[in-house]
Amino acid sequence: MSEAIQERAVDVEDPILVVDNVTLRFGGVTSLADVSLRQGRGEILAVIGPNGAGKTSLFNSISGVYRPQEGAITFNDPDGRATSVIGRSPNRVTRLGVARTFQNIRLFNALTAVENVKIGVESRQRTGPVGAMLRLPYARREDRESDDRAFELLSFVGLQARANALAASLAYGEQRRLEIARALATRPQLLLLDEPAAGTNPVEKRDLEALIRRINTEMNVSVLLIEHDMRLVMSIASRVVVLNFGRVIAAGTPAEVQRTPAVVEAYLGTAAAEGDGDAASG
Amino acid sequence: MTAPAATRDPGSAWARYRDNKDLQRLAICLVVGAIVALMTGKSGTVTAPTSGITGTFKSSSAYVWIGIFVALWLLLTVRDRYLQSVQSATHVLTTNRDRVLAITPVKWGIYAAGLVVAIALPHFVNNFWQEVLVGQIAPYVLLAVGLNVVVGFAGLLDLGYIAFYAVGAYSAAYWTGSLPAHPPFTVNPFWAFPLAIAAAMLAGVILGAPTLRLRGDYLAIVTLGFGEIIQIVANNLTSVTGGAQGITKAVPSFSVHAGGLHYVWPLELLPGNHYRWYYLILALIVVVLTAFHLLENSRVGRAWMAIREDEVAAEAVGINPLKYKVLAFAIGASTSGVAGVFFASKNGTFTPPDFAFQASILILVLVIFGGMGSLPGAVIGAAVLQWLPQALRSHIEQQDLYIYYGALLIVMMIFRPQGLIPSRRRAREIRMAEHGVGSADAMAQPGGAP
Repeated sequence: MSEAIQERAVDVEDPILVVDNVTLRFGGVTSLADVSLRQGRGEILAVIGPNGAGKTSLFNSISGVYRPQEGAITFNDPDGRATSVIGRSPNRVTRLGVARTFQNIRLFNALTAVENVKIGVESRQRTGPVGAMLRLPYARREDRESDDRAFELLSFVGLQARANALAASLAYGEQRRLEIARALATRPQLLLLDEPAAGTNPVEKRDLEALIRRINTEMNVSVLLIEHDMRLVMSIASRVVVLNFGRVIAAGTPAEVQRTPAVVEAYLGTAAAEGDGDAASG
Repeated sequence: MTAPAATRDPGSAWARYRDNKDLQRLAICLVVGAIVALMTGKSGTVTAPTSGITGTFKSSSAYVWIGIFVALWLLLTVRDRYLQSVQSATHVLTTNRDRVLAITPVKWGIYAAGLVVAIALPHFVNNFWQEVLVGQIAPYVLLAVGLNVVVGFAGLLDLGYIAFYAVGAYSAAYWTGSLPAHPPFTVNPFWAFPLAIAAAMLAGVILGAPTLRLRGDYLAIVTLGFGEIIQIVANNLTSVTGGAQGITKAVPSFSVHAGGLHYVWPLELLPGNHYRWYYLILALIVVVLTAFHLLENSRVGRAWMAIREDEVAAEAVGINPLKYKVLAFAIGASTSGVAGVFFASKNGTFTPPDFAFQASILILVLVIFGGMGSLPGAVIGAAVLQWLPQALRSHIEQQDLYIYYGALLIVMMIFRPQGLIPSRRRAREIRMAEHGVGSADAMAQPGGAP
């Protein structure tokens, strides 16, 4: 059965991201055990699973924060060039074309919204200290370009009216969108979203759903999504991979995954049993 | 669930007083006033060591000091009340309109006026103050502006900054042939500037590249060690540096001979000769300030801000923190090197104790006092703190100087942690950290998910 699941998780043509048998340990704790998955170019792939299943560990491994002990993670750019992500520092992974957001929003709080996005845009620029200190023509041009691009992206996520507000003063949903704009500013081909809907209200969730679709279609960015909100996952993901205790326990279309007994058990089964036990002892 | 509350009864009178911010502040003011009174008051004698204390509080000047600090407390309390009432009404408006980068015409006017004052200043002061301007104030302004890049812009604590000053000074001495070790060719100290900048920058990179992976406290210790190493090497490597006796012959003063132009900065610090030195270093300061202002509001400056605020997020948007930290170190070091060349050429001679640890701390105090991350702050902070001891020289003893610096810094940290003229961003960061929005805590906080 396990092999069948693995096959489903990797059954993709022209993958942008290939995760092969990745194992990540912290001391004696195994956070990811032999995880394999592939994401197709242009696909919205969701990774779901209960708390502690290893979803964020997977994200951190892909974005270069953690270094898995075993396995391979490969990013394929459109020219067909494959680059290993493992061993690259996070900033080099970002420049490769993989951007991310954080589960607990990490904005530059004392800076304005537009400055936050500009910092992202400027990761692709080359103005150095000498150019900046002498204000050379190319430095000025790049600064203008980064202004323009930042405002474009703010309009794209619907924050143009808040451009000069401090990041910390934005509402929760706005902060989520600003973080997405900042990630998009680095010109990614693959965007990793870590629970973008966490803590947002139903209206914001609908907007977010539309935004992710537009990122996918208008900007041609593949999206790898960690999400707890099942409705959101079912509506936008083309495929879903389910993790539990660091292992892939199911993969397939949202409808298929929902029917898988292992998934139902992971989310409901054991918890129900433990609840009975507590009641008896209490 | 309510157990912790029971042990600390919030209703008791003592707890109410203890938790009252205004009273806490009053207590601090009284203590600081008493300490200042003790420091300025009578000294104890060998036969009656406590007479210093009793004598101090018998004289009326002690109560003048305490009175001054109580007045300060009153002023601060009133100001706080006022700000609270204003802020609650306009807070949202101001943050919305906050355009950080825009330099208003008013600001340009202030800068221009400052420059005019700086140009005119030596013509209105006597010979002593001219010497103070050239020897004490201006070089330290330059040093503070340079350290401001490291501490203020990039947020790195450097406790060995004076080492790069030493590298600059010894480079100037080396390239002018004033050290026991002889260079392949000698140059006029004016042309030693680029060579010294290169040497200081190299020292910054060599120190920075391996150590800037360290965080906060560890970096401070390593830089402290580096500062000591440079001084000790200068002291003991007699065959190269001349050792404790200082350099073997005087570093010649600056001169420019190019294309029919002959200009010499005279060595003798006679009346009238200070001008040339003053305007040289003023020009250096203006150039450095302009360059750093442009740097701050550029891609590089924003990358520093990003790293300072949240290094993890900065990495996620493609910024290489190590690269930008080393860059900040190198730029700060080269500024220090420039000041070192000026120092070497103006003084002609120097010895290793000129680069002692206290000097590093002094420059750090200038930056913190002025306002970390703020260029006008670094300039004003350095100018005020370097001017003050000279102005008070007949009132306090020189060896007590650092006691006052320490007291001033403590008072500053309590009442105005953002410094004299804070950068707006830095002030916001401090305010946010106080309210728990700071990035340092972000890791520990859950995402707010239900």
